[in-house]
Amino acid sequence: MSSAAAAVRGTHVENRTLIALAVALPVTLWMASQIEMNLFMGFVLWALIAVRTVFHENRRVVRGTLVALLVWAIVLPFFQESGGGFIEDATLALAYTCFALGLNIVVGFAGLLDLGYVAFFALGSLTAGWFMSGFFSSAGGGEGFSLLVGEPASTLPGIHMNFLLVILIAIVITTIAGMLIGLPTLRLRGDYIAIVTLAFGEIIGRIVINGDELVVRGQKLTNGRQGITPIDKIDLPFLEPFQSLELRPWYFVALTMVFIALFVNYRLRDSRLGRAWIALREDEVAAASMGVPLVKTKLLAYGTGAAFGGVAGAFLASYLNTVNADQFQFAFSIFVLAMVILGGLGSIEGVMLGAIVLSFINNNLIPDVFNDYPSKVGLDFDLTELSFGIFGFLLVIMMVLRPEGLIPERRRKLELTEGVGAGDTELGPAEAMYEARA
Amino acid sequence: MEASTEAARLPVKRNTWDRVRGYIGEYGLIALLLALPVVYGIQDISQDGSLARLGNNIVDGLSNGSIWALVALGYTLVYGIIELINFAHGEVFMIGSLVSAGLFSTLGLTASTGIGGLILGLLLTLVLAMLASGSLNTMIERVAYRPLRNAPKLAPLITAIGFSFILQNVGILWIGGSPEGIPDLIDAQKELFNIGGVSISRGDVLAIAATIPLVLLLTTFISQSRLGRAMRATAQDPEAARLMGINVDTTISLTFLIGGIMAGAAGLIYALYQTTIWFLQGFQAGLIAFTAAVMGGIGNLQGAVLGGLIIGIIQQISDNRIGGEWTPAIVFAYLVMIMVFRPSGLLGEETREAG
Repeated sequence: MSSAAAAVRGTHVENRTLIALAVALPVTLWMASQIEMNLFMGFVLWALIAVRTVFHENRRVVRGTLVALLVWAIVLPFFQESGGGFIEDATLALAYTCFALGLNIVVGFAGLLDLGYVAFFALGSLTAGWFMSGFFSSAGGGEGFSLLVGEPASTLPGIHMNFLLVILIAIVITTIAGMLIGLPTLRLRGDYIAIVTLAFGEIIGRIVINGDELVVRGQKLTNGRQGITPIDKIDLPFLEPFQSLELRPWYFVALTMVFIALFVNYRLRDSRLGRAWIALREDEVAAASMGVPLVKTKLLAYGTGAAFGGVAGAFLASYLNTVNADQFQFAFSIFVLAMVILGGLGSIEGVMLGAIVLSFINNNLIPDVFNDYPSKVGLDFDLTELSFGIFGFLLVIMMVLRPEGLIPERRRKLELTEGVGAGDTELGPAEAMYEARA
Repeated sequence: MEASTEAARLPVKRNTWDRVRGYIGEYGLIALLLALPVVYGIQDISQDGSLARLGNNIVDGLSNGSIWALVALGYTLVYGIIELINFAHGEVFMIGSLVSAGLFSTLGLTASTGIGGLILGLLLTLVLAMLASGSLNTMIERVAYRPLRNAPKLAPLITAIGFSFILQNVGILWIGGSPEGIPDLIDAQKELFNIGGVSISRGDVLAIAATIPLVLLLTTFISQSRLGRAMRATAQDPEAARLMGINVDTTISLTFLIGGIMAGAAGLIYALYQTTIWFLQGFQAGLIAFTAAVMGGIGNLQGAVLGGLIIGIIQQISDNRIGGEWTPAIVFAYLVMIMVFRPSGLLGEETREAG
């Protein structure tokens, strides 16, 4: 590092990092105002990131800021309107984070490029559509079948199960599906794996879209393009059933999901299995000769990753109140992949950041904030149509300029900078934050 | 899947399980490919007493397939030389169609243009569309793949996907989000001749007649010319090729240029044949053509053409009998099964890893 280092006690921070942090403050506050986030909470977020960046070498501080960040996320909804747009988008962002953390296991840890992740979104959503709605209208002899749910769902026709049970079913279904999809890829090389998973994603998407033609004993498989709607609201034990205008409980469920996903991600990464995944990613032949069972390890990666997709899918079905077949497109797989890559393959914190940033860009900045910019400069097009072009651009830029992602995983960073003059590609995390917002 | 079990049942009594597996490996894919035509052929004979419907499917399939063959050549060339699935290739083909459609209106070509003017105009369009797609493909290589030559293998694949999305959005900006009809310049559906109930239309003749010289030209170029030899050398061993005085970067650019040129030609033929264009056509065509390339054996030029024709027939049969909304699923199911039974394809792959 040739640039003059400003000495902060116990650590060293580059000048450009500090400048980036200073620039990031107004940017953060402006963004916060654009997405209707409470400005005070926005400032606290910036402060936490700043502390984490400056003292990035002090493990205690890093861990402390992480805990503070969790507390921040728990307190956040009480500073916002419960029916407001921000909570709505934040809940969505958390659900996407769950997807991204799941995909991170497959792509980031095990190095298996999965381009069909949308399949698990579809299957998870479909599970909720089957077991939390009036879809199976003939169930229980037309009277309906219900399990551990309160009024009014228990009196309606169709199958109505408790959300937690549905989550369990979704986990089972998607895990099995993930392993089945993984099976044909076991012998293939990396880029073929990508294509086969893509093919499976498209096949499942097609089945959901055309499922109204697949009739077994007078019962359709799905509702096709019409979608399955309405889906029961989440009904947890000891709590009032959720309302569609009271969004705080939804936020907390999503946050819990992300907590669990994070916990599982961290524990798995440091476990024997996680090390096996990373060994596999680095060098398959070497890993196999060191005694890593390839088949089991790969299938577990597919299955675990898929389960997160299923959970988030089931949640989204209930939250969005619909299983809409047109959501399950290849573009969604790429959207989630872009989150993982933007944040940094294999880096849990990075993936979380990538997911939150991209989902706010997608749900908020592109449709609401920047959408009238093209017309202001005299161009006539709808920016929302181009959102995936923007993500494609992000993918290219990230891969060419900063392949290790915003918050790189240490090991992958070393791998990518191997042989390149050390320091050439090193950027502080503060700049990462700045890039994310700019 | 039915076909594979059929193939497994035949030799089952001969010997051990290994032998059965050997047969599946050997003939499974072929049985799989023959499954659809044979099943529907039998059905046709029992219902109509003739094979005319299947024959029509096959003719349409061949003409569609020759378009996929041209696109598949681009995949296979690029994969042969740098072992990358050029995900954006389908979009390069789409841009070729869009350029052609744009040139039709610029040159004032309509369905009522005289034959001389039409031929001249189409030739000009062909050259320009080829140039546009070729240079676009070369540009993509320069911007998105060359900087990542030494990065892990997944990195260029991801930039390829990124570029594919960028180009799709260029398509949206250009012609909007829905399919657009363009003038039917050659009256593509008009029947030229009819052989035993199998009708052959102008579009079929055009597609096949335009593809054959292009493929011949390409194979001659690659097998005879100095640059073609450089390409083959680079595909075999880039390091050794470099030591022999071949400029590897230029050769790779040239490969992308040729692949793009083929895609541009395919784009024009597609526009003339289908008379509708839209921004998603490239995504679908790309996956179909990639399936074709893998089916024939990636890196293998003859394989790509063969695979394109076969996948075209499968697609037509599925469109006609099972329903167009299922066709993507059917094609992808074939892709998965090829990967399972015979990842090296029908004619064998020609890549470094395959030796």
